Amino acid sequence: MTSTTNETINGPDLLDVKDLKISFKTDEGIITAVDGINFSVKRGQTLGIVGESGSGKSVSTWSIMRLLPKNSIIDKSSSIQFHRKDGKKVEITRLKPNGRELREIRGGEVALIFQEPMSSFSPVYTIGNQIIEAVLQHRNVSKDEAKEIAIDMLDKVGISNPRQRFKQFPFELSGGMRQRAMIAVALSMNPSLLIADEPTTSLDVTIQAQILKLMRDLQQDLGMAIIFITHNLGVIAQVADEVEVMYLGKILERGTAKEIIHRSQHPYTQALLKAIPQLDSTGERLTAISGDIPSPLSRPAGCPFHTRCEKVMPGICDVEMPNPTQLSDTHTVYCFLHEEKDV
Amino acid sequence: MIKFLFQRTIGMAVTMFFVSIMVFIIMELPPGDYAERWAFRKFSGTGTEITEADIDNIRAEFGLDKPAPERYLKWIGGIILHGDFGEAFAFQTSVNIVIGQKIWLTLTILFSTLIVTYLISIPVGMYAAIRRNSIEDYTLTVFSYLGFALPNFLLALILLYVSITYFDSTVGGLFSPEYADAPWSIEKALDLLSHLIIPAIVLAWSATAFQLQTVRATMLDEINNLSVTAARARGVPEWKLLIKYPARLAINPVVSTMSFDANRIFSELPIVALVLGLPELGELLLKSYLDLDMFVAGAILLILTFMIVFMNFLSDIALAILDPRVKLIEG
Ligand SMILES: Nc1ncnc2c1ncn2[C@@H]1O[C@H](COP(=O)(O)OP(=O)(O)OP(=O)(O)O)[C@@H](O)[C@H]1O
Ligand SMILES: [Mg+2]
Repeated sequence: MTSTTNETINGPDLLDVKDLKISFKTDEGIITAVDGINFSVKRGQTLGIVGESGSGKSVSTWSIMRLLPKNSIIDKSSSIQFHRKDGKKVEITRLKPNGRELREIRGGEVALIFQEPMSSFSPVYTIGNQIIEAVLQHRNVSKDEAKEIAIDMLDKVGISNPRQRFKQFPFELSGGMRQRAMIAVALSMNPSLLIADEPTTSLDVTIQAQILKLMRDLQQDLGMAIIFITHNLGVIAQVADEVEVMYLGKILERGTAKEIIHRSQHPYTQALLKAIPQLDSTGERLTAISGDIPSPLSRPAGCPFHTRCEKVMPGICDVEMPNPTQLSDTHTVYCFLHEEKDV
Repeated sequence: MIKFLFQRTIGMAVTMFFVSIMVFIIMELPPGDYAERWAFRKFSGTGTEITEADIDNIRAEFGLDKPAPERYLKWIGGIILHGDFGEAFAFQTSVNIVIGQKIWLTLTILFSTLIVTYLISIPVGMYAAIRRNSIEDYTLTVFSYLGFALPNFLLALILLYVSITYFDSTVGGLFSPEYADAPWSIEKALDLLSHLIIPAIVLAWSATAFQLQTVRATMLDEINNLSVTAARARGVPEWKLLIKYPARLAINPVVSTMSFDANRIFSELPIVALVLGLPELGELLLKSYLDLDMFVAGAILLILTFMIVFMNFLSDIALAILDPRVKLIEG
């Protein structure tokens, strides 16, 4: 897929995910969390993933680092291809669990930051200890050198007094500081891909804007690719080159940030856009789309969104999943409203 | 940390002060007074007639005619300044001699029981958590419940029976007859150890079962913690991850309940000691109550409570070292 409308989406692939299907064995039965999705991330670019709670954003991206719990199953036909720094292509799904190559990739080439910066640090070790741990894991340096790298990184993410902070415990920092520290840990190894799983959701709006700016700046400096996960299409507009819209384990629409924000074609995307939280509210969960999200245990047949869709066409939408419709080189929608036009 | 240590030391001293007052009140409780009982002990059966004056003399001799606060100060002063716990009239000698040996044996039993408890419960609890829902895990759970359910004296009797019938050993008491009066040697120490095995198993079982479940539960909680996933996402190897994060935290609840374990062991010890014929303090405590030998009782009570308060102090300090949040909240 080459782009003529937006050259920012050009560039060599870093990550190629094909037919990713992930389910969980639970006491109530098998839950399908991600249902055959495809996406790719290009070097130095930002892929935004939006969708309501439970749409599979975390599950699909954590699988890139094989961080899912033991009761998860990645389907045999799924493929996650990652291009390592040394140029080698690895099939992540075939790697030995917790084996050496996977551990090299974790932290060293793909890093992860979470929504909750408090619980992503262990309370009983200092911030410095947890950064050094990452550095020592991946680089052949002494403890003192690792410490200098860590302090450097804390400085880079805009933490004042980094030498002092280095010795502090996570609970001695404010929420915004902790998220900066989390970013410092993640970037201390200069990864080629950063997965940011709702990194600003728990922060208030001003801090949120600071963190977003920091991430953009660091991306320019370090040239890494980012997968940015959020509920909030308003945030996506500020950070992403390409956006995919997920719902109940499926991708329903994909396009450049412009296309998704200004020319969205899927009723679900349009509903999400209407529900963008006001600027003064802190990125709270979306509630504005009417109807309940179906339980993942009883996924609706056909298009998963048809139970809540304003434009649902009975007898069509509830029978089969629509095929992708290519609206431009970069813009794809999975919806019968558009498939019809093509026929 | 120094401030914290200081606070805790003061706290311990204050606690011990109140404990000593309570112990003193308990010592004063029995009817009659010490002088009458002493005189009765000393002259009963000798045919001597005891007069009020004799008793008054004894009273003056022991300082019993002084008011209670002064007597308290004399008693506690003797203990603190000279380590002198007073007279044991039932034995016609000093309390120190009566309890001296038994205190060491009691402490030996206590600490060997605690060591057995922690050596088993901590690693095994962690293992059970890591292998959650495996056959090993279920087996351990069954053993734990057995530990909760079986009365200690029954367990002691069973083990006694088994070891006498099948291992032909002399398990009663603390020493085999040939070592009982022998001077201390390596052989004697080993003999003592072999006699400690059964009491330690009996006393440790329920404490182990309890702590094992605690460690397992904390560990399970911690394994699913986001900070563990975060460390895994940094590429930390699995075994190192488990030791550095969940295992480290799973020790905290054990450390913080050390004094409960000591308390439990002290209260279970007399029955087990009775069955196994061990000379220990609990039995002596009961006997001294019956004899109204209050200085002995007071000394034992004071020493046992001090042990528990001191263990509490130790666990507070250990916890502050293990978990930096503790200092911040209380320091
Ligand atoms: N450990 C698990 N066991 C069973 N089901 C799980 C597990 N983890 C996730 N799921 C299921 O997978 C689905 C997708 O979850 P996921 O966490 O990826 O959603 P999300 O899009 O990240 O939502 P949120 O915005 O709330 O983070 C959900 O239906 C969830 O119930
Ligand atoms: Mg999520």
